[in-house]
Amino acid sequence: MSVAEAPAGGTAAPTGAPILIAAGITKKFGGLTAVDNVSFDIPVRSIVSLIGPNGAGKTTFFNMLTGLIRPTEGRITFEGRNVTRSRPDVITSLGMARTFQNIRLFGAMTAVENVMVGHHSRMKTGVFGAIIRPPWVGREELRTAERARELLGYVGVKKADFDRLATHLPYGDQRRVEIARALASEPKLLLLDEPTAGMNPHESADLAGFMRRLRDDLNLTILLIEHDMKVVMGVSERVTVLNYGSKLAEGTPAEVRANPAVIEAYLGKEG
Amino acid sequence: MSELRAQLSEWRTAVARALPPWWSKGLAALLVLIGITLPFMTGPQSGFLNGTITAIAYAVMALGLNVVVGMAGLLDLGYVAFYALGAFCAGWLGSSFFFGVHVHVGVAPTLSHAIGIHLNIVLILIAAVLVCAVAGMIIGLPTLRLRGDYIAIVTLAFGEIIGVLAVNGQSISVGGGMMLTAGNQGISAIDPPWFPGVGSFSLLDMRPWYWLIFAVLLIVLFVNVRVRDSRLGRAWVALREDEVAAVSMGIPLVKTKLMAYAIGAAFGGMSGAFLGVYITEVNANSFQFGFSVFIVAMVVVGGIGSIWGALVGGLLLGYINNYLIPDVLNDFPSHFGLHFQLTSVSFGIFGFLLLLVMVARPQGLLPERRRKLEMTGEVAALDTELGSEPEAGNAI
Repeated sequence: MSVAEAPAGGTAAPTGAPILIAAGITKKFGGLTAVDNVSFDIPVRSIVSLIGPNGAGKTTFFNMLTGLIRPTEGRITFEGRNVTRSRPDVITSLGMARTFQNIRLFGAMTAVENVMVGHHSRMKTGVFGAIIRPPWVGREELRTAERARELLGYVGVKKADFDRLATHLPYGDQRRVEIARALASEPKLLLLDEPTAGMNPHESADLAGFMRRLRDDLNLTILLIEHDMKVVMGVSERVTVLNYGSKLAEGTPAEVRANPAVIEAYLGKEG
Repeated sequence: MSELRAQLSEWRTAVARALPPWWSKGLAALLVLIGITLPFMTGPQSGFLNGTITAIAYAVMALGLNVVVGMAGLLDLGYVAFYALGAFCAGWLGSSFFFGVHVHVGVAPTLSHAIGIHLNIVLILIAAVLVCAVAGMIIGLPTLRLRGDYIAIVTLAFGEIIGVLAVNGQSISVGGGMMLTAGNQGISAIDPPWFPGVGSFSLLDMRPWYWLIFAVLLIVLFVNVRVRDSRLGRAWVALREDEVAAVSMGIPLVKTKLMAYAIGAAFGGMSGAFLGVYITEVNANSFQFGFSVFIVAMVVVGGIGSIWGALVGGLLLGYINNYLIPDVLNDFPSHFGLHFQLTSVSFGIFGFLLLLVMVARPQGLLPERRRKLEMTGEVAALDTELGSEPEAGNAI
């Protein structure tokens, strides 16, 4: 593991060159400032969490990183490349993949097909290739399907469920398919938006272990939005707290847990 | 009801097990064989053959629209625009309409000194494909940021614009005293197709016409199936199901949607060019909004998103419109002492048929495999709830 011990009192716990740097990100929706001047970076091969009360701007921040919405101000750099105004599909092909808070699988597709869509940016077949179908196109399709089955097996979906409609799978499995779909795009940075939402404590604990395994097996960096503090504190090397759109605190899980401002934001002021 | 359904699916799986693995390919080959030999069973000239030719041309359009509406989920209510553009390609490139120019490529020797542009039917079809693909992308551009019903409104407007342009084109000069269209008079005397060794097609023997449109249908079907089962087809369905998730998974929105518009329009143009040549006239009056709805109805009746559904829906409504109502049942009301012809209420009949399908079989006659899976999957889920064995695994 390349993750070093946290320096005492420092804000950036894991060392290593950052894979993603977000500098001074602000997003205004009309008069509402959803995210206010947040600066943030993610070291390579770390697991970093973003927490905060409901409506703190976590998902908005996520959507800006993945290009779904554009920040009003600020600059996002991914692996040294400015992606502030890039399209989501370009960002995905650069190596950033995500899951969604409310599962967004393709309803009319089987689990395998869903995962194959995730591989889209790594495939080359164009319209004429599809029509004429030279041998390499057939091979590419076959490889993609095989890879999709591998990934589904890796995230723990039962073989019997591979060719079922993704939306007919149990809730936990749908989350797994979503992760497999994100992995199919061969990301370097994986963004998980509340992956334990709707899971029972046992499943959540499994997921925490799974995230560590993902990082080590696939050389991934993981950014996590999460409400389950047990998961956050157990798995992350650094935690950033957002409140009302601005950064409230940042540090190791222990530091954040002890921070009076964080306790106040979550539990309210004493007295 | 659920018992009946379970029984039916049991039978279906039993039948699927009993059939050899090559049966679908065998069936396809058999259908193609029947398709090729069909004109030998009718005479060289019959109302049935005429109806079949038009029905196949409509089915080609339904297959094109199915790419846009069914696979990519972009409700296009202006599809008549591509029928018009394709037909005008036939009018412009296969008649004496542009009298100031002399171009002849691969046409009958009798035409080699005629004025105007005269191209071989194959070249006309290719030109129609290219022109319509570009037009499809242009029409698609303003709809890229829209969703659902709003796309329908914009495409509807474009359909109307092309229709009006076709009528008023008679006052748009393209130089040398030539106009863009002939308006309501129509561009007439379009060359019949000519092939070396075969000669010119004539309306006395409709069989060559039939084989030509049948060949077009086979090409369109082939392209449809290949594209559906490719990276592009998957991307369309993904965009249709969830645009945000699709772009987040690396699917380029603009390129993928425009490709759907272009391919869908190209098929419409092919069919339009053929119909222009077959009718030997391009009249600006024939491109009405109702025709767009007619094609949408074909796709819906067949099963949205399903290639075989679009084919069956197109053929079925094409036959009803061009053979059953005018040739077979037209005098039907008079047997009951009613004084009207069935053709005058054909839209009412289509409305009734559409209602019938919506009530009895909302997924269409031959639903898309994925939608079918959705339906049978629900049955399986119901079965699990009731404690019996689910059978979703073999429902494919």
